[in-house]
Amino acid sequence: MIHVHNLTKNYGSLRAVENISFELEKGDVLGFLGPNGAGKTTTMRIITGYMPPTKGSVRIENIDIFDHPLEAKKQIGYLPENPPLYNDMSVADYLDFVADIKKVPSKEKRSRLLYVMDHCGIIGVSKRIIAHLSKGYKQRVGIAQALINNPSVLVLDEPTNGLDPVQIIEIRELIKSLAGERTIILSTHILPEVTMICSRVIIINKGRIALEESLESLSQNLKSKENLYLKLRQYGESVIDKIESIENISKVNTSAPGEYVIVPSNGVDVRDELAMMAVANNWGLLELRPLTHTLEEVFLKVISSEG
Amino acid sequence: MNSIYPILYRELKSYFASPLAYVIIVVFQVISARFFFLYLQGFLHIQLDPGFQLQRGELNLNNLVIAPYFGTISIVLLLIIPLITMRLIADERKSYTAELLFTSPIELKSIILGKYLAALILLVIMLLLSSVNMFVLMVHGNPDIGAVTSGYVGLFLLGASFLAIGIFASALTENQLVSAVITLGVLIVLWLVGAMSPVDGSILGYISIINHFEPFGKGIIALKDLVYYGTLIYLGLFLAHTALESERWR
Repeated sequence: MIHVHNLTKNYGSLRAVENISFELEKGDVLGFLGPNGAGKTTTMRIITGYMPPTKGSVRIENIDIFDHPLEAKKQIGYLPENPPLYNDMSVADYLDFVADIKKVPSKEKRSRLLYVMDHCGIIGVSKRIIAHLSKGYKQRVGIAQALINNPSVLVLDEPTNGLDPVQIIEIRELIKSLAGERTIILSTHILPEVTMICSRVIIINKGRIALEESLESLSQNLKSKENLYLKLRQYGESVIDKIESIENISKVNTSAPGEYVIVPSNGVDVRDELAMMAVANNWGLLELRPLTHTLEEVFLKVISSEG
Repeated sequence: MNSIYPILYRELKSYFASPLAYVIIVVFQVISARFFFLYLQGFLHIQLDPGFQLQRGELNLNNLVIAPYFGTISIVLLLIIPLITMRLIADERKSYTAELLFTSPIELKSIILGKYLAALILLVIMLLLSSVNMFVLMVHGNPDIGAVTSGYVGLFLLGASFLAIGIFASALTENQLVSAVITLGVLIVLWLVGAMSPVDGSILGYISIINHFEPFGKGIIALKDLVYYGTLIYLGLFLAHTALESERWR
């Protein structure tokens, strides 16, 4: 579907992107993560054919985007970071124009227009001038624009950026509903978004891929490193020793009196043993819960270890 | 190349969606009508001069009204055309729509030509409306139709060259004002560079726009002038194309 091979892009002496390679199949939703200035937008601009790479190649449905740009670009829908809207046009006129330059056959144009306007929830504002729309609606028109040629590849650069919480949820639902028949690449720096929408994650830092994983194995990975948080009413010197005597516990740290962080070895679940011990010793068990590693922590770890 | 049409249509609609096109057209009409009236008035006055009878052959409608009128209109075009072209590409950058255009399955050529043709249509509308002045002459006088026609051909070619240079300037920047100032600067330099040199046998004289426009006002359409304007138009569009292409490779 999409083959990105060894992409490198220099802006003068600045290396924005270095040796990025990945492949996506139909139905994949790739979350493209990274701090600001990591090279997300540059990579997306190269994939969509906006600018050529210094080195490397991009193939969309086996068509090289720089050897046959007109063919490859027909397969792509692209929402840049700032939605590319003509403020003086009405929504319907604008989408009609985009359909024309995206070479939507004139027979299908009407039905495509209705489909995208319906799907993006903008039929109600179709007659309005784009300049007068709210930011959320503008973003929807931007997504509608990207969908008008029924692309097999959808590239969305920070689609929920700058929206209010309700709008963010709506746009996420919309993106989710678009997955399945298409390949979607989505950049963001809002991490929970990735867990909600994406099937794969690439974390990019300083122009390089720092981590590439499917979301499933990522969350498996996170689980296996789960620590436990324990809070007791009665505590004393002997508590740590006793807990450490339980099998499969590699370490016990105490953060405050009566509060412990327990690191089990190899992800073994020791909650039963802990609970029984607490009851048996009459410690007064107040709290026992897993300390989940969030994607945020992984992200920070990856980014800082790279730096 | 069939993508030229949607680009052209959108551009033209956008001209008339803002007050800009109307303001430009009205200002152009008022200025051209005012100058036409001044030259006509001058001509009527000079007829009362006793000396007029001695030089009848020289002092006719063509030399005293039509030729200077076209000369003046050419300068008005020089001042107005940077305002027509300034937004063409600069504004696409500013409103981020450049990303839409350049990731669409259309050639850069079609984008530039579509925009250029839209500006050209606006120019033709302006020239057609101002030709009312000439109809006044035809009704009440006996102007040389050949000179009037060739004068309009000259104005069209002149304006078309200005537009091509303007679209190039617009491709260089995202700031409309910068684009307009560059266009105006280039046009004035091209206009004056060889004003004192003869057309033939001098490079500066050949480059100068003014030297190629004068013959049209006198009813002369020469191949070398057509070639000159054709080259200028091609050069402007080619440079615009190169500027946009190279920007993305940088």
